Amino acid sequence: MAQYQLLHCRINGRNVEQMVDVRASLTDVLRNDFRLTSVKKGCEVGECGACAVLIDGECYNSCLYLAVWAEGKEILTLEGLTGPNGELSDIQQAFIDEAAIQCGFCTPGLIMTATEILAQHRLYSDDELRKLLSGHLCRCTGYENILRAVKKTMLQRLGLPDQTTAEG
Amino acid sequence: MYDLSALYQAQTVAQAVELRLAHPEARIIAGGTDVLVQMREGKLAGAALISIQGIDALRGVSLEEDGTLRIGSLTTFTKLSAHPLIRQYIPVLGEAVDQVGGPQIRNAGTIGGNTCNGVTSADSASTLFAWDALVELTGKNGVRRVPIQDFYIRSGVVDLRGEEGEIQTAILIPRESYAHTFGFYIKYAMRNAMDIATLGTSVNVRLSPDKKTFERVRIAFGVAGPVPLRAWQAEGSIRGREVSPEAVEECSQTVLQDIAPRDSWRASKAFRQHIAVECTRRCLVESVKRAGGDL
Repeated sequence: MAQYQLLHCRINGRNVEQMVDVRASLTDVLRNDFRLTSVKKGCEVGECGACAVLIDGECYNSCLYLAVWAEGKEILTLEGLTGPNGELSDIQQAFIDEAAIQCGFCTPGLIMTATEILAQHRLYSDDELRKLLSGHLCRCTGYENILRAVKKTMLQRLGLPDQTTAEG
Repeated sequence: MYDLSALYQAQTVAQAVELRLAHPEARIIAGGTDVLVQMREGKLAGAALISIQGIDALRGVSLEEDGTLRIGSLTTFTKLSAHPLIRQYIPVLGEAVDQVGGPQIRNAGTIGGNTCNGVTSADSASTLFAWDALVELTGKNGVRRVPIQDFYIRSGVVDLRGEEGEIQTAILIPRESYAHTFGFYIKYAMRNAMDIATLGTSVNVRLSPDKKTFERVRIAFGVAGPVPLRAWQAEGSIRGREVSPEAVEECSQTVLQDIAPRDSWRASKAFRQHIAVECTRRCLVESVKRAGGDL
C-alpha cells in the first residue's frame, strides 16, 4: 500500500512543497522531483559520498536519509552554490584550477563536504582535511588535487597566503 | 526507493512507545545508517519502520544533579565528540566515536543506534563497557536502567523489550565511573576511514593520588567475542599494583584469558589475540600518561 506525505522544506534557498512517497530517499526526491542531478547515485549505502548534500549546514549522504525526514529542513545541493547567472563559487573554481576533477562523478559530493568544512572558517592541517574528506571515494584523481583545491580555498577565505602555490 | 512496507513516525517518546506496542513487528530506525543499509541489502526488505528521528528531546548531552553524564540516545557521533561535557569528562568516548565510518556517517549515526543494533564492532561499545555505562530504556511501565554488559544478550540481540514497547532513551555514565579516570581507545582496522574495527580496545585507569599505584583499571574489547566484553582477569591482575612496565606487560598478556575472538574474513583468531595484547599495552601506557603517571 503506497504511503505519501506532503513535504515542506527549503531547497537551495527556495521554499518548496512536494508530495513524496515515504519510501523515497532524499536522493530520489532531489533527483526525480527537483531535477537536482548533481546529487549522484553511487553506492546507495553510504560508502561513496557521491550523493552528499547539506542539511541544516551538516553534510549527509542523502541516500541514507528518508526524504520525509527533510520536513522543515534547509537543504543545499551543488546547484545552490552557483551565482544567479551560473557563476561558479570559489570552491568550484578551485576544483577546476587544481584539476581536482576527472570524470566528475564524485565532484558534487566532495564540493558539498568542502562547503561544510569551509563554513567553519578554521585553519585545518592537511591531516585534518584528509580526515574531513575521507567519506568520499574518487577513482580518478588520487585525492591530492582535491585536497589542494580545498586547502587553497580555505587559505583564500582566511586571507592567508597559499604556500603550496608559492613553492610551485 | 527503499523496500519498506510502512513508516510510522514518532515525535515524542510516548508516541514511540505507543507505536512499538501497536506495531510489534516494526523495526526502530534512528539515524538510518545501519537500518537503511540492511534494507538496501535485502536483509530487512519489506520491513515496517518506526522512525524516532523526530524525537528531538533525545538529542544532546547533559549533567544530572548527582553528576551522572546523560547522553540522549539520538545524539549523533559528530555532536558527541564535539560536546564540551564529553571533552571534559570522558574525552575517550568522543575520540572513539570520531572513528566511526566517515564524516557524513558521523553526522547521521547515533549512539543509541550504535548500541541497539547489538554488534560487537561498534566503536562506542567497548568504551561504554569500559566505563560501566548504564542504558536507559523507556517503555509502557516507565523507565528502567540496565548496565550495558547486561543490555547485550548475544550478537545482534539486546535487552530492548518489544512487549513493553521499549525504546532506548539515554546512555548514562555515573560520576563514580568517570571521576579521576583517564582512558584511551584504539580502533584497529585496515583503513582509517569507512572501515569496521578488526578489534576495538578501550582502557581506562584511575591512579592513586601520588600516581604510583593502579587503583582501578578497566579494559574492554569489541570484536574479541560475539558481543563487546570486559577483561575481568586482566583488570584484577593489575588492580593495586605499582605503576610499572612489568605490571603493564603482565596485564596485557592476561587479556588472552578473557577474550574469545574468532576467525573471520577480516582477520584470524591468532591475529586478533596478538593485537589484543599489543593494543592493551599501548592503551595502558597512553592512559597512564593521560592520568599524569610515569612509565
